[in-house]
Amino acid sequence: MAARVRALETILVRKGLVDPAAIDAIVETYETKVGPRNGAKVVAKAWSDPSFAEWLRRDATAAIASLGYSGRQGEHMQAVFNTADTHNLVVCTLCSCYPWSVLGLPPVWYKAPPYRSRAVIDPRGVLEEFGLTLPSDTKIRVWDSTAELRYLVVPMRPPGTEGWDEERLSELVTRDSMIGTGLALEPAA
Amino acid sequence: MNGPQDLGGQMGFGPVAPEQDEPYFHGEWEKRALGVTISAGAMGAWTIDESRHMRESLHPADYYASSYYEIWIKALERLLVRHQFVTDEELAKGEVLSPAATPKRVLKAENVAAVLAKGAPCDRPVKGAPRFKAGDRVRTKNFHPAGHTRLPRYARGKPGVVEAVREGFVFPDSNAHGGGEQPQHVYTVVFDAGEIWGEGADPTLTVSIDAWESYLEPA
Repeated sequence: MAARVRALETILVRKGLVDPAAIDAIVETYETKVGPRNGAKVVAKAWSDPSFAEWLRRDATAAIASLGYSGRQGEHMQAVFNTADTHNLVVCTLCSCYPWSVLGLPPVWYKAPPYRSRAVIDPRGVLEEFGLTLPSDTKIRVWDSTAELRYLVVPMRPPGTEGWDEERLSELVTRDSMIGTGLALEPAA
Repeated sequence: MNGPQDLGGQMGFGPVAPEQDEPYFHGEWEKRALGVTISAGAMGAWTIDESRHMRESLHPADYYASSYYEIWIKALERLLVRHQFVTDEELAKGEVLSPAATPKRVLKAENVAAVLAKGAPCDRPVKGAPRFKAGDRVRTKNFHPAGHTRLPRYARGKPGVVEAVREGFVFPDSNAHGGGEQPQHVYTVVFDAGEIWGEGADPTLTVSIDAWESYLEPA
């Protein structure tokens, strides 16, 4: 596949259809600028600022854009909040829809058949494989991203973080906790 | 289409196997595959719906044997041939043999930041009020089109409840096939797992999809 992609790029560059420097810029964007730290800052702000959390609930696209995160595969955002009763999990059974603007590029498992096939029928089994066992009476809501809405899970704020600032809180927010395959980290003892 | 992409509820693919500290790319070629796919899409010759349909039109054996970047590249080659930017012979030989169609635009490095930051919003004004409102009971249609659709098989012919009325969005089922955007209202529809999976379903589970209006009828 490496040779096949190289040949394709070469043909397109020679035909003037693709700029190799543009490819470099795209890769650099998703390696260094657009990744799950963006989403972590959104979640930390929602934990810290009730008015921002309310805005995020009502108009996630605008609330997230106010922090500077917008654009490709984040044009139409919805934030879904975990509660003591309900755990949210996001999947795209039909392809690989994922909120790039806040989480960056999706991991391989998110795009692969085991996750896409089982998240909607056996989410507890899937979560076990991530080391997450939910109480048996916790409701699970799975969001299948079948249209152009992109979902960001806002995990619950861990106990023992009273008084923490947003920067410190954001360190507890993992990528998986914003997909729903994990929880926010507990503060280190 | 009832293609290999329609994975919800399928069985036999094994455990999820998340990778610890997964890198963004597994090899240099994945970086180029990402960049080539986005750059070629930026030429403006096809829509995201057409590209999704090309990916799901891979032979199922090929689709399931391919990583996602491989699926992207295989579909991209087909799109480039269909839209006369390359020929099969050029792909086979790896060299330029004929002129390409003229793209609407070519993505240059200096424009990448702006293009990615802008994205491609696909909400559109829709004539007429939404047919459904939050709380309405609906049933998804049972259909099996040969072309592109975003109504997964597991959610066809099922009763559910409208949870939210979203914006109007481009209709993929027409837009993927050159039929125009024909925007419709979109709804988040929630199903009890028991309605989808029947006996043995997780009683704590609900599943939602985002459904275009023409996927739904009153229940």
